[in-house]
Amino acid sequence: MPKIIPVADELSKTFWDGVNDKRLILQHCAACDRLQYPPKPACQFCGSGEKLEWKDVEGKGHISTYIVIEDGRLNRRMPDQPYNLALITLDEDTSVNFYSNLPGVPPYEVPVGSAVEVMFEEVAPDQLIHEWKVVG
Amino acid sequence: MMATQNQYQWRRDKDGLGVWDHRGKVAVAGYGHSPVDRRWDERSMDQTLGAYTILACKLAMEDAGVTPAQIDGIICCDSHIAGGSGGTASNWAPRPYFDPPYDSELGLTLINGEWLAKVMELPNVKFAPTGVPTIGEMMGMAAQAVADGKCNTCLVIYPTGNLEGRYRRGGENAEDYAKGARQWVAPWGNHGGNDFINIFPHNQYCLKYGGTHDDLAPFVINQHRNGLLTPWGYNASHGLEQLTVEDYVTSRYILNPLRLWDCDRPVNASAAYLFTTAERARDMKQPPVYVLNHSQHNFPNRTTQPDLDEIEDWTDRAAKRMFEGAGLGPADVDIFNPYDGYATMTQFYLEAFQWHGVKRGDAFAFYADDIRVEGPHPFSSSGGNLGNGRTRTAMYTDSIQQLRGAAGPRQVTVRAETALAAFVTPSSGGWIMFGKHPS
Ligand SMILES: [Zn+2]
Repeated sequence: MPKIIPVADELSKTFWDGVNDKRLILQHCAACDRLQYPPKPACQFCGSGEKLEWKDVEGKGHISTYIVIEDGRLNRRMPDQPYNLALITLDEDTSVNFYSNLPGVPPYEVPVGSAVEVMFEEVAPDQLIHEWKVVG
Repeated sequence: MMATQNQYQWRRDKDGLGVWDHRGKVAVAGYGHSPVDRRWDERSMDQTLGAYTILACKLAMEDAGVTPAQIDGIICCDSHIAGGSGGTASNWAPRPYFDPPYDSELGLTLINGEWLAKVMELPNVKFAPTGVPTIGEMMGMAAQAVADGKCNTCLVIYPTGNLEGRYRRGGENAEDYAKGARQWVAPWGNHGGNDFINIFPHNQYCLKYGGTHDDLAPFVINQHRNGLLTPWGYNASHGLEQLTVEDYVTSRYILNPLRLWDCDRPVNASAAYLFTTAERARDMKQPPVYVLNHSQHNFPNRTTQPDLDEIEDWTDRAAKRMFEGAGLGPADVDIFNPYDGYATMTQFYLEAFQWHGVKRGDAFAFYADDIRVEGPHPFSSSGGNLGNGRTRTAMYTDSIQQLRGAAGPRQVTVRAETALAAFVTPSSGGWIMFGKHPS
C-alpha cells in the first residue's frame, strides 16, 4: 500500500521535519493568533510575513465528511482502491482541515462526526506523513 | 506579424470594479464547431485537432460572413487537455511525424495562433497572444482585446484533445512523489481537480440543506436531454440514447458518491467564435450577440480542502462581480449556462447567481421541478459538458444561439435577451454575459 511521497521544499521543510519527528507543527500568526495549513509565505489573514511562527498543535480533530476513492487517477494508489478519503477538521481551529485515509477503518464504514487524533505513517524510508485515527 | 502580449492586463478579477466600460461595444458575430470525436485515432489526418480547428474557424468565419483577409486577431487557448495526463505530458510525440503542416506536435495535439495563421493563410493577423488561458477566461480576454483595439475581427478558439488511453493517467499522476501544491493532497489520494474541489462541499451541502447525492439525477438527465437536442454535440452526433434515472442511480462510482454520469466525457474537438466590435458586427451576416460584461476570479484555498462555506463565499463573490459589471441582477438573466463538468458543482453556481430566485439550499427542489428547455425554467439549456462531451463550449454556443433565436429544438419559450455562460471552478475561471441588445 505505498502512498505517494511528499517532497519538502523551502516553505514546507519545517513542517515535514516536524512530521518526521512525529510532531504536527503548523504556521501560527502572532499578529492575528490564527493557524495556517498548508504553509504559505505570509499570513493569509493579515498579510504579515514576519509574524508567522511555527507552533506545535495538539493533533485532535473530527471527521467532517468523507468520500471513497473507487476509480482515482493516481497510479501508485490504484492497488488501495476502494479507500476512504476523509476530511478532518482540527479542534484547535476548525477552519484548518486535513485529509486522511483513516488507517484501519474499512472503506464505506467511516464514523462521520467521530473524534480523531493524529498519527504518523511511513511512506518511504525516513519519510512519514500525518494520518488520523479514530479514538474512543 | 505576431505581437506576443504576455503582459497584457485584460482581466476583470477584482471586487467592486463597477460597470464594464465597454459594455455592449463588443459582439460575437459567428461560431463554428468541428465534429466531436471520442479520441483522435492517431492516423486520420482530417480528424486531427489541427484539421478540426481549421474547420471550426472556417465555419465561424462563414457564419459571420468574414474573409480571411479581415481576420486581424487569433486568440487560441494553448492548453488542450489531451492525452494521458493532460498538459505537457499529453503530447503525441515521440513518434515519426507526418508531412507538413503536421511535421511537429503543432496541429496534432497543440494549436497556436501562429500555426493557424500560416496554414489558414490569414495575411493580416496582428494580434495572436501566447499564454491564452482556458475558455472561461479566454472569452473575457477576447472581449477585452477587441474593446481595447488590440484587434477588430478576431477568431477565438478552444481546442480540446483526447488520445488513446485512460484520461489523465500519465504525467505527474503516474509519479511516486508529490511536489509543490500536490504534497498536501496527493499522498492521501487527491490528484487535484474539480472533482475533489467539489465533492466534499457537495457532501456538506447535502447534510446542511437536506437531500442526497442522487437528487442530482433530474439535472444530469436534463443535461443529456438538452445534449440530444444539440446536433453538433458528442451525444447527439453519436446516436446515444437518453440517459434514464435508472441508468444514473445504478452507475458506478468514481469518487463515491460521485458517479460515472456526474463526469463529462473527454473528447477530441474544436470550436471557434468570431469576436468583433459591435459596430462591425451590425454589418455582418448574423444578428450580433453583444458582450455585456466579462469577469474572472482566482481565490486561494484557505486550507487543504475548500469547504461549503468557502465555496459559497467564492461563488457569491463571482456572482457579485458579474452582476455589477453587467449592470444587471439575478432577475435580468434569461439564459443561464453555468459549468457542469462534474454535476456536483452546478448547484453552487445556480444558488450564487440566484437564477429564477433559487436561494442557498433550494437547488435540488429546483432540479426536481420542470427545468426542460420548453418549460418555465430552462436551466442550462446548452446541456453543458454532460450532454455534449467535454468541449467546454456548449454553454457559449447555446447562449449565442438562444439570443439569436436560432437554438432549434432547444430554443427556450421564455424571454431570451440576456445569457450568462461560464467555464469555471468555484475557485477560478471566468463568466461572460451576453445580450441581444447592447444595453
Ligand atoms: Zn496574521
